[in-house]
Formats: sequence, C-alpha cells, structure tokens
Amino acid sequence: MPQIREELVARFYALFEGWGIPWIVPRLVVMLVVVSIIILFISVSAMFLIWWERKISAHIQARFGPMRVGGWHGWAQSIADGVKLLLKEDIIPTQADRPVFILAPMVVFAAALAAYVVIPFGPGLIVEDLNIGILYVIAISSLTVVGIIMAGWGSNNKYAALGALRSAAQAVSYEVPLVVSLIGPLLLVGSLSTTKIVEAQRYLWFIVLQPLAFLTYFTCAVAETNRLPFDIPEAESELVAGFHVEYSGMRFAIFFLAEYANMFTVCAIATTVFLGGWRGPLLPPWLWFLLKTFFLLFVMIWLRWTLARVRVDQLMNVAWKVLLPLAFANLGITGLLVWVFS
Amino acid sequence: MTEVFFFALAGFTVAAALLVVLARNIVHSAVALIFSFCGVAGIYVLLDAEFLAAVQVLIYVGGITILLLFAIMLTTRIAARADVFNEQVGFSALICLGITAILVYASLTGIQVSGQAPTPPETAPALGRLLLTTHVLPFELASVLLLAAMVGAIILARREGE
Repeated sequence: MPQIREELVARFYALFEGWGIPWIVPRLVVMLVVVSIIILFISVSAMFLIWWERKISAHIQARFGPMRVGGWHGWAQSIADGVKLLLKEDIIPTQADRPVFILAPMVVFAAALAAYVVIPFGPGLIVEDLNIGILYVIAISSLTVVGIIMAGWGSNNKYAALGALRSAAQAVSYEVPLVVSLIGPLLLVGSLSTTKIVEAQRYLWFIVLQPLAFLTYFTCAVAETNRLPFDIPEAESELVAGFHVEYSGMRFAIFFLAEYANMFTVCAIATTVFLGGWRGPLLPPWLWFLLKTFFLLFVMIWLRWTLARVRVDQLMNVAWKVLLPLAFANLGITGLLVWVFS
Repeated sequence: MTEVFFFALAGFTVAAALLVVLARNIVHSAVALIFSFCGVAGIYVLLDAEFLAAVQVLIYVGGITILLLFAIMLTTRIAARADVFNEQVGFSALICLGITAILVYASLTGIQVSGQAPTPPETAPALGRLLLTTHVLPFELASVLLLAAMVGAIILARREGE
C-alpha cells in the first residue's frame, strides 16, 4: 500500500517535471488532494457517528431512533440533516462582533483538521510522520479552546460567554493530567513519533503496562471534548447550548463537525498510544485501527447516555485532586522502572 | 522557495502584531496576538525547529493567550473603546526606536555565529538533555519563579478573613 502510494506521487512529480513546471505546483496539488481526503473522511465519519450516537442513545432509552430516511434503520438521516443545515439562512446577530463571530468556527475546524496529520491509520498510511507527533496533537488541539472563547465572546450573549468561560476553565484544567498521563507510555518508547509508538507495541499493548495512564487519559479526553459527564460548557438545561447558542446553519454545522472530528482524534490517539494502533491478526491494518478507534468512540457514547452531569466544583476536584496526582504517580513509577530496567 | 514562505509568514506575523497594538477593541488585540504567535511558530518550522514550534503553540496560544482572554472577559468594560495613545506614548516610542536601532544594526553588520550548526534529526531528546544538564539552573529558577507567581495568585484570589 505505501509503496504504491509513493510510486504514484513520484510519477505525478515526474509528469510535471517533464512539462517544465516548477515542483511547487504538483506539491500544492498533492497537498490539496490530501486535505480533501481528510475533509471527506471527517465528514463521512462525523455523519456516521451522529447517526450511530442517535441509534445507541435510542436503544439505551428503549426507543428506535431515526428509522425512516433512506430505508434501512434511517441510515441517510445524517445526510438529510447535513443538507438541511447547508441550505439554511446564514444568520449573524446584529449585536455580534462580526469578524470574531465569523472566524471562530474556522479556527475550531482548522484545529480539528490539523490534528489528523499525525494519525497513523496503518503502516505508511499517515499524512506526515512528524518526529514531534504526540506533542503536535496536544499543541494543535489547544487551539480549539481559542475558537470556543472567540465564539462565546463574539456572539455577545451571556449564555454563550458563560459556556465559553466554563469550557476554557475545563480544557485548561484537564489538559494538565492528559499530557502527564501520555508521558508514561512515551517514556517506554523514547520517541514522540506516532509510528514509532505503534511499532514499540509489537509484543504488548501499552494498556497492559500503563492501565492507570489509559484511564486517566480517557477520562481527560472525554472532558476535553466537552462530552457528558463533563459537558458543563454546553449544559442544555442551564446554558441552552453554551458557546454555539447563537450559531445556526452552516456555521453551526462546522462546530458540530469539529466536535465529532475531535472525538475521533482523541480516540485515535488513545488507540495509537495504548491499544497497539493498527496491529492485529488477520484483518488489514487500517481496518484494525478503525475498529479499535470506533470501539473507544462507542464507549464515549455509552458513557454519555448512562451517566449524569457532574457539578462545576466536582469537575475541578476530579481534575486537580484525583486525576493529576494519579497521572503524576504513574509518571513517577514508570520513570523509576524504566531507569531500573535500562 | 523557503524565502517565499518566510516572507508570507513574516508578513502575516507583522500584520497580526500591528493589529495587536492598533486594534481599538482589547479582545481583537488578544485574538490578533494568537495569530501572531502562530506565525512565529510557522517561522520556527521553517528553521527546522519543530519542537520549538509545537511548544510555542502549546504554551503561548494554548496557555498564555487563553488566560489573557479569560482575564479580559472577567474584567468590566471590555466593549469600551480603548484609546490607542495614552500619556506613556513618548516613553514607549523611545524604547521601541531603541530596539529597532539595535535590530537594524544587527541585521546590517550581521551577528557572529559559530558556523552552520548541524540540525539533529530529532530535536526533542537533545533539547531535553541540555535542559536537565547544562542549563538545569535557569530551568529550575524559572520553575521556582512560576511557583512563586502561583502562590501569589492564590493569596490574591483568597478573600480576607477566610
């Protein structure tokens, strides 16, 4: 698979060189194609996830969920919803801060999109194997909070502002144990590159060696993506919808897409770091990767529809008094063991 | 090719930085600051310093600017139009001109560097090793400074008589 891809790209470059066009042109074309593939993947997986979430939530609550659009179990429901959102009128509140209001969804989506660069879908099936892989994902995903604050402030709405402030406080708090919990497995590998992390798990998945780190990471990941039981930033019953209350139509759809793209990213990173990435018997690597990631996504959806929302004070207590000490304990023990055995 | 990217990034950074100083709305200044930091991170990538670029985005964009925006949103009169020029304009103009003079002098005469340093394939391990061996004292001093700032913030946030 990677050989075929590389050969195709090389032939493409050679074709343009034969015509005497500078190499930047085919390079830009290749970049555009890659970005289009990622955007297509994000859209399709997000639409599937939305339909899946509605089905799972419905079955947890002893309902059927969408059943009509498209025939078989309402599979086309998300497509219909997407088309509806695209066709809706673009409304910007008159009192809103126009440039900030318009930029906010773009910043959130750009951050979600950029994180896909280092996700290893299979051996060689990666956009760019950066040697700072995991650090890059952590850095890029912190841009999401900036977009959320911009949306909350730009909307000029008290519910949006409150939701954005809560979201920022939550993201800043949970980012600390999230990063610290990832250092444990990284110590075992000795590299930040996502490909090398997967290759280091040839014999044993890191979830076996680092169960505490996995639990800490996954809890923080749920909080980072603002999902129940940590969805204080968009608590429907008190804040209407939080930071995106004033958004409608296409701009709302972009926020929604970015949220599901971020869910996929955090689960893909969990798969890469703890569940052996693309490794597995019989089935092709990319299928293993998607199966593991979608299993984690299923767990996230399952948690959302079976747990109650935590209060703000409980939320901060869990982050600073439970998860952070656990993550540091794990880091200390791992460091000691690596030092002893190496 | 690198020059084209450099000038695009540098132009973007300077434009955003100008917006930081000239915007009449303080939130617009903070948002422009984010874009300016991202432009600097892009220049780091051009210099093959990916680790620094990621840290730049993580700390300056994800940490400092968010806290800045937080502080702005929690203070009153955010929507009030701020005057760009205040009574310190002469003093700050003097400092800025001084820095510009130094920079112009440095770029005209050139800065002494010990040849072209070879870039290691992975900068993160080398940087980490240097931080914990050669430069451990400044590193620890910085952490003590941050700890002091944290204690100070807690004391300021605590109400009297609690």
